Amino acid sequence: MKSVTKAYRPISWPMKGAGGDTGSWRTHRPVVDKENCTKCQICWVYCPEAVIDRNESTIDYRYCKGCGVCAKECPTGAISMIKEE
Amino acid sequence: MTTSIKKLPDTEQVLSGNGACGGCPATMALRIVGKALGSNAIMLLTPSCSVASMGMTPKLAYNWPCINITFATAGSSASGITHALEIMKEKGRLQGELPTVFSWVGDGGTYDIGFQALSAAAERNDNMIFFCYNNEAYSNTGVQRSGATPRGSFTTTTPTGKRQPKKNMALLMLEHNIPYVATATVAYPGDLYDKVVKAKNIPGMKYIEILAPCYLGWQFDMPETVQMSRMAVRNGAWLLWEAENGKIDFNNPSSQIISGKKKAEPVNEYVMKQGRFNRLLKGSDAEQRIAEIQGDIDHQIAFMRERAKITI
Repeated sequence: MKSVTKAYRPISWPMKGAGGDTGSWRTHRPVVDKENCTKCQICWVYCPEAVIDRNESTIDYRYCKGCGVCAKECPTGAISMIKEE
Repeated sequence: MTTSIKKLPDTEQVLSGNGACGGCPATMALRIVGKALGSNAIMLLTPSCSVASMGMTPKLAYNWPCINITFATAGSSASGITHALEIMKEKGRLQGELPTVFSWVGDGGTYDIGFQALSAAAERNDNMIFFCYNNEAYSNTGVQRSGATPRGSFTTTTPTGKRQPKKNMALLMLEHNIPYVATATVAYPGDLYDKVVKAKNIPGMKYIEILAPCYLGWQFDMPETVQMSRMAVRNGAWLLWEAENGKIDFNNPSSQIISGKKKAEPVNEYVMKQGRFNRLLKGSDAEQRIAEIQGDIDHQIAFMRERAKITI
């Protein structure tokens, strides 16, 4: 990934947040219960946004769109969707 | 044996914060494809949701060189690039391993608009991978009917439900005698990963079709994307198979349905869960219309079972 600040060219560079801070789209926030998590990595593989860390099961809320696929697919029900305030 | 989730590589070719809808099956599939292809690849995109979700200049959500091309040219543009790369290699202007050239095209750009160029590229057997992510409608422009839309499905151009069955595109590509054809879906990432890795190492034209249940077009709840994809396979509405040099092999769980070990689940629940079939369920001839959908699926299963027996 390269920085765009060097020189503006009419081409795009790969970079996080190409659609803006997509976390602001979220209506429900996925919260991982660490005690129930078995680290099976199913949430990581199905996350369309690649915001879940596969080893720690932590979520990058800056970009998480809150689709809820992780909570639906979690075999132990360790992820719950909590309404955003 | 399919690759387990824990053995998938760490590389992320789809970056966080792209412009796709939440729960988008296309980015979900593209992430797995990215893990299989690695960073040494060139991506071609025709107008589709994936172009809309690339993000805004000067940022790009895909960690590959991406080229946006016109709708009908997915096959021919990829052919041009792979030929150019081969000649550059021959003249010594390019060192090391040649990048994998792949097209990432929706079902409209494959089934309808891009079919001519794709068919020609397949006939020339150019060295590329053609991915079709199939969400069974033109979802990017607001859900219009495409050649991949199944019978009975509501779209804005078929307000009373489509009257014709969808075409079997993967089989059509197989009849072009190309070295590798496969179908996959987002609910089985290990299966998809293996197929892409296999395709990457085969020279010539490869075609991989991925069923991508779009919650907006199919009108179901956003978190159910993966479930819907899994349900489509269990119903037999989507068959997982691969064909190397013309010999069809079915993958689990479709192989169990084909061999008769397990019966395909009835289509009712699958249809009920999707809003796009709702209108046909409200009419007086609802049972007959569901029977038609079930009939299409049963016909496809029976046809593919017999087709797989031809191995010459």
